[in-house]
Formats: sequence, C-alpha cells, structure tokens
Amino acid sequence: MSWLLDNFTLVTELALQHARLSAVPIVVGLLASISLGWLAHRVRAARLIVLTSFSLIFTVPSLALFVLLPLVLNTRVLDERNVIAAMSLYAIATMLRGAVDGFDHLSPGVTRSATALGYSPTGLFWKVQLPLAGPVLLANLRVVSASTVSLVSVGALIGKGGLGYLFTNGFQRNHPTEIVVGIVAVLLLALSFDVVLVLVGRAALPWIRNLGGTSPT
Amino acid sequence: MIEFVGVTKTYDGGAPAVDNFSLRLAPRRITALVGSSGCGKTTLLRMINRMVDPTVGRVEIDGEDIAGRRPVGLRRGIGYVPQDSGLLPHRRVIDNISVVPLLNGATRAAARLRASELMAVVGLDPALAHRYPAQLSGGQRQRVAVARALAGNPNILLMDEPFGAVDPIVRADLQQETLRLQHELRKTIVLVTHDIDEAFLLGDEVVVLRPGAQVAQHGTPADILADPADSFVAAFIGSARGKRRLTISAQRSVDGADRVVVDAGGYPVGVIAAPEGRLPVADPTPRSRGAQVVG
Ligand SMILES: Nc1ncnc2c1ncn2[C@@H]1O[C@H](COP(=O)(O)OP(=O)(O)O)[C@@H](O)[C@H]1O
Ligand SMILES: [Mg+2]
Repeated sequence: MSWLLDNFTLVTELALQHARLSAVPIVVGLLASISLGWLAHRVRAARLIVLTSFSLIFTVPSLALFVLLPLVLNTRVLDERNVIAAMSLYAIATMLRGAVDGFDHLSPGVTRSATALGYSPTGLFWKVQLPLAGPVLLANLRVVSASTVSLVSVGALIGKGGLGYLFTNGFQRNHPTEIVVGIVAVLLLALSFDVVLVLVGRAALPWIRNLGGTSPT
Repeated sequence: MIEFVGVTKTYDGGAPAVDNFSLRLAPRRITALVGSSGCGKTTLLRMINRMVDPTVGRVEIDGEDIAGRRPVGLRRGIGYVPQDSGLLPHRRVIDNISVVPLLNGATRAAARLRASELMAVVGLDPALAHRYPAQLSGGQRQRVAVARALAGNPNILLMDEPFGAVDPIVRADLQQETLRLQHELRKTIVLVTHDIDEAFLLGDEVVVLRPGAQVAQHGTPADILADPADSFVAAFIGSARGKRRLTISAQRSVDGADRVVVDAGGYPVGVIAAPEGRLPVADPTPRSRGAQVVG
C-alpha cells in the first residue's frame, strides 16, 4: 500500500498513457469494423478477402508486429504509434466478424419496409441499418475494449505499454507489490472503459431496454 | 390511375412469377388481388412502388411509365402496409408515423403534429405515442402501420395481407376500420389477400388470380358471386363446395319474422329478415364502401 502511495504520480501517469493507447485502437477498431464489415456484407468478393486477411492477423504474434510495423509505417521502433497501430489491427480482427454478422442478420422485413417508405440507400444505412446493428456492434465493442486494455501492456516490451511497465519493472526488481498494483490498475481501467461503453450504448440505443418492457394492452 | 401493361416478372431463371399481366385499376377504389400463396400477388404489388421492376412490360401511374421515376421519390408518394407491420423497432410509435413527412422535408414539429392527427384517424390511443413497436399488440402495430402509410398523404395505398397476422376478432375490427377510412379518404387502394371473404368485404373490385398472376376473373364481388367465370373461380370462392349457394330453410323463428338460411350442405349460415313472411330486396352496394358519398 505504501508503495502505491509513494508512486502514485507514476501509476496515474502510466494509467493515463494506458487509457490513451487503448482508446485510440478501440475507436479505430469500431469505425474500421463498421466500414469494412458493411463492405463485406454488401460485396461478396470483398467479404472473403477482408475476413481472411484480418483473421490472419491473429496468427502474427504481437511482438513480431512491433518489429514489423516500424518498417511499414516508417516509424522508430520505440514510437508509441507502433503500439496503437498494432492494437488497432487486433481490434479490427476481433470485431470484424461480429460486425459482418450484425449486418447480415438485420431483419429483411424491416429493411424492405423502410425502403418502401422512401429512404435513400444512404438514409437507410444511417437511420435504420446501423442503429439496428447497434446492439451487436456494442457487444463486440465491449470484447474489443477488454482485450485491448489488457493487450496494451505488451507494449511495455518496447517501452510503450502504459501500466504494463509495472509488470516488466516489478519483474526485473522482483517486486510483487508493483505487479499486483499493475494488475489491479489494468482491471479497473478495463472496467471503467466497459462502464463508459454501456452508458454510451444505453443513451444511443434506448429502445433495447424497452423490448418487451411494458406488456401490450 | 394505375395500369399494368403486359407485365412479366421472372426471378433469376425460374418460371415467371407474373406472366404477361395487364390490368387497369379503378382510381379511388379498393381493388383486391386475391389468389393462393405464391401466385404472384406480392410481386404485382411491389411493382407499383418499384421495389420490384418488371422483366418485360410496364407499370403506369396516371399514364406515365414509372420506370422513368426515381424509386425513392416514387415510394414517398405511395403508402405501403406489409403483413408484419414492418415498423422500425428502434423508433417510438410517433416517430415511426413521422418518417415519411420528415423524408418529405417537414419540420420535426410539423411531422409530429401530423403523426398525432393520424393516430386519432386510425383509432390509436394517444398514450401509445411513446411506446416502441415491441410494446404493442399485433392489432395496434397494424394500425400504426396504416397511420404511417397515410402520413405522407399519398393517393395510392398498397396493402399486402395487412390483417393476415392478427386474430379474427381484431381482423374484423381492422377491416371495418379500413372501410370507414376509405369512405372518408378515397384513396386508390390495392389490397393483396389470400382470403376471399376479405376480398369480397373490402374490394370494390376483386381480381381472382391463378399462379403466374393469370387473371381468372375481374369484377365486383356481386358479379363474381353471381357468375363465377369458370370452375377455378367457383372452387376458389367456395361455391363449388356449396358454401355460397344458400337456401332458406323450412324452419321459422318463433315470431315468424326471420328465416334461417342454410348452405348447400344444409349447414345454417345466418338468418334473413322476412317481415310478415316476405323477403326484402337490397342494393348490392355496401353502404360502408360509399359508392355514393352521402352528406
Ligand atoms: N425475391 C424473390 N426471388 C426469387 N423468387 C421469388 C422472389 N419473390 C417471389 N418469388 C417467387 O415468385 C412467386 C410469386 O411470389 P409472390 O409474389 O410472393 O406470391 P404471393 O404474394 O402471391 O404469395 C413464388 O413462386 C415465389 O417463390
Ligand atoms: Mg405475398
């Protein structure tokens, strides 16, 4: 406990860095999964290419990505953008399949009757299809959020891993308290991300709570 | 006025769902397209708002081939009521009804006002305005669907088995409501149904279809009942089974003013008023349809 008090500033700074390194990939993962997922949903040829290439990313170990990305992105090895890029790729790989499923399983009846009302294809996407895929997208995003927050720690191996530093440092100094503080802090961070997502989801998708709420009269 | 001119629709390679169909629909009347499942009714209906385009032939509205119209604009001017209501599950009742006015450029306030008016028109309790579709009964959902279809004030209303999924009591209620609305609104309504009784009840004109949307008979309910064109129509409307061939039974009611009517199988189907033993004669135009608008 006293270790935490003595190092509170350090832990706070690491937590903030960790939050930043996680938040960007989560947002990128969401936006890319929506666009690539929609593409895969609509275009048969794109579906195979997009889904296969992102499932391949899972087979590349994260450490190898940290080594490869500087070459591709033309960044220095110790640049935190490498971590963000790697995490974004994993986020997309985690979420893409779910996004495609979400779009595939939209009710054809609702889509058809919305089309009959006179929605343009763009209007239909923004006002009907995207909101209705919302619950599936949110469920997948929560998985992405949890996995990203825990994976970012690996970035500590190249010196940019937020709270992951407490693991590497604690291990080198053989200091279990530091490691435990690191684990708890990562858990709390993942939990707060999840709470934010649930609250945002509730605000954005208010009808879900009301499904089968009041009984019909 | 809606007119089909030599319309054929073939879905990828199969047999034609609609085969060389031509028909002129009476304006401001209800035309009921009736036929067994799979005979091409829905396909016909969807060709009117370009949800489906004909493979051959054309559909005209007021003499203009609709193939030249932008589908989105065309659809905003045509009401559509599907069997399963097709309401947007993520929008409240009031917002579902507001969709078309908003698409047509109404302000949010104006669209909501219009939606509230329509809730009253179709007999929906204003307290339901803020419910989601999942919180409504099947009958209420269909009423919302009708209100939504009317919200853009279209001249044409397309109804695809609109009351097929609700129980018989609610269905009878919605059918009467439809007649009452039509009496006031005078839209050109195309109603698809597989229920011949519904077609006879609601249709000013009835088109009996065979598979491939072949017209077996087109006429008023009275015409078709009096003179089925062939054995197919006779079987379809039930006269072959004797269901429509009625006779007055020998049995009299106690006071002698009513006579029991039986079908060809001998089953009682109703009573007929016969004051002092004499049968009254009625005009075969139901008042609710209002061929002559009174007052
Ligand atoms: N989108 C479609 N793709 C392929 N075949 C279809 C499609 N829609 C309808 N059909 C076929 O066309 C025929 C007529 O269907 P439909 O118009 O739905 O008939 P109904 O409404 O009278 O039941 C059926 O044989 C049906 O299987
Ligand atoms: Mg049908």
